[in-house]
Amino acid sequence: MAQAVQETLSGTTAGQVGEQGLASRAIAAITGRAVILVPYLWLLIFFLVPFGIVFKISLSQTTIAMPPYTPVFNWDDGISGFLANLRELSFENYTWLLDDALYFNAYVSSVVIAGVSTFLALLIGYPLAYAMARAPGSLRPLLLMMVILPFWTSFLIRVYAWIGILKPEGLLNQFLFWIGAIDTPLQIMNTNTAIYIGIVYSYLPFMVLPLYATLEKMDFSLIEAAQDLGCTPISAFWKITFPLSLPGVVAGSLLVFIPAIGEFVIPDLLGGSQTLMIGKTLWNEFFSNRDWPVASAVAIVLLLILVVPMMFFQRAQARAQEQGR
Amino acid sequence: MKSLGSIRRSFAPWNDPEARPYIVFENVTKRFGDFTAVNDLSLDIYEREFFALLGASGCGKSTLLRMLAGFEEPTSGRILLEGQDLRGIPPYRRPVNMMFQSYALFPHMTVEANIAFGLKQDGMPKADIEARVAEMLKLVRLEQFARRKPHQLSGGQRQRVALARSVAKRPKVLLLDEPLGALDKKLREATQFELMDLQQELGLTFVVVTHDQEEAMTMADRIAIMDKGQVMQVATPAEVYEAPTSRFVADFVGNVNMLEGTVAERSEKTATITGASGARIVVENAGDAAAGSEVAFAIRPEKIKVSSRPPAAGVPNVMEGEIWDLAYLGDMTVYHVKLSDGQVVKASALNSARITEDQLSWNDKAWISFAPDAGVVLTR
Repeated sequence: MAQAVQETLSGTTAGQVGEQGLASRAIAAITGRAVILVPYLWLLIFFLVPFGIVFKISLSQTTIAMPPYTPVFNWDDGISGFLANLRELSFENYTWLLDDALYFNAYVSSVVIAGVSTFLALLIGYPLAYAMARAPGSLRPLLLMMVILPFWTSFLIRVYAWIGILKPEGLLNQFLFWIGAIDTPLQIMNTNTAIYIGIVYSYLPFMVLPLYATLEKMDFSLIEAAQDLGCTPISAFWKITFPLSLPGVVAGSLLVFIPAIGEFVIPDLLGGSQTLMIGKTLWNEFFSNRDWPVASAVAIVLLLILVVPMMFFQRAQARAQEQGR
Repeated sequence: MKSLGSIRRSFAPWNDPEARPYIVFENVTKRFGDFTAVNDLSLDIYEREFFALLGASGCGKSTLLRMLAGFEEPTSGRILLEGQDLRGIPPYRRPVNMMFQSYALFPHMTVEANIAFGLKQDGMPKADIEARVAEMLKLVRLEQFARRKPHQLSGGQRQRVALARSVAKRPKVLLLDEPLGALDKKLREATQFELMDLQQELGLTFVVVTHDQEEAMTMADRIAIMDKGQVMQVATPAEVYEAPTSRFVADFVGNVNMLEGTVAERSEKTATITGASGARIVVENAGDAAAGSEVAFAIRPEKIKVSSRPPAAGVPNVMEGEIWDLAYLGDMTVYHVKLSDGQVVKASALNSARITEDQLSWNDKAWISFAPDAGVVLTR
């Protein structure tokens, strides 16, 4: 689009050599604005429009048809038909979510599982990131590479591999037998423990990388200064290192929490049939029950659960930043 | 002005055989892998002294300071503070505080909180902390900036916060790592005197690390000049300048002419040195230079007189040459005189008269002369 504008502009100024400077400035102004438009266009096409479609479906009713929901906007019957359709729309699917405890439990369970996983990832990721940040400069690219390396294999394959490790006759149980730690196999597969292992394993890099980025920037003479002023190494960590790494902690936690809450593959493969997570519920509604409107309502509510706290958080952060200036 | 500090106070415990040193480095060696940062170094520092460790980067001066602070332990040897061996005492239990080169101010805390930080660690009562913080803010004239964060301050203000934070706990020794390194020249000069006043006012022992000889000369009571992990000389600024004990020190501090030669004759007081070209120099400060030994005669440019006519007969140490180069610096003129043997000698003359009666120009014939006691003979 910007290019087209540029072409028309240069076409009109071709004969007017004297106004070349003015024209090029105008072009620059327009392309400048066009560049800003690109992310908005991206958001519009790939977020807002799909969101609108899903929201629209969530207001309709399920039918046996193709697609399996009552039409929302139908222009075939003219204005009256459109209005009739519009009247059909209802928030019934949302009240349905409230009525059935299944959904509420699934949401709560997802939040809990995602929360615990995030905390565990932080617990494991922080020392990792800290050690990486304090490693000799020549070693850091290698360590960074090792964190990123698992991404070179398909996520699905890596989760499948955990089945081989965790199942009753799997590698972990064999190893524990061999060292004599157990005499009956541990039942890890198809439990929440397996889900935690899967989520923490899969999303650990998302925790480590932002933490590493903030810790790596930190001036370690600050810790020496704190110790010089009477802090033990442990209290220096809590008073200096940790508060200064908070942006990394928050970024890492969000990067783990958000995908973990809607996670489907890991609970489906490792958690077995009785696991309750919203991603699985969503999948069931969509593919097993073919109830697209309810599935859409579930998705919209999930989005609200994620977006609202994030917006509050961002506003708080912006305000804190303004005060800091 | 150079030795003003020590004259004003007539403070010289190092000359007093009764005085006990406050800090003692005893054969301290520090190795990092194959690299020896500090090599079998011994040094005494006295209470209330303003002591400077001067040297080029990598000479071990910062390592020495960090060992005193407790961030590094000596590989061998001992460090004593008030007679107590510091080995094994972690930094947070040592009665010393450090002002870091980067200032290391806590960016998430206000100026106030930064200064109060060390006091809180000591569990000082809240009211006392407030009083002490207010006192410190007043000392460094930052009262209006108490609630600012470090990034809202200028470089000079940050430097003062760092200083206030490091003296707030009233340490026995204050360590300063390149305290003025990050300031521009004007501010640095003003701050040098502020630091001296502060040291007087608080009566603390200051150990400062610097690579800037002017800074060390201005502020310190004594200077230790370091090279390759060893102390080359410890002396007052005036002694370091006027009576260096080695070629390294003479060359490191200020400008110097180094005339290499052999001691031809040696008497109780004087020595005669013959240069490579056969020029003879009679000098008085010959130290322990024995006849026949290879020595360097070090003489500062301002101690050499340049004239356009040969000096009267009987004036010792006259050499003939031509003006090779000259630089008019306003307050003084620097001459580079090429002697007949090819060596170029630097000489400087204060332009005390408005127009010098004896004006010299490029390629003019010139004579240089100096008194027998104007320089020193160096054997090392």
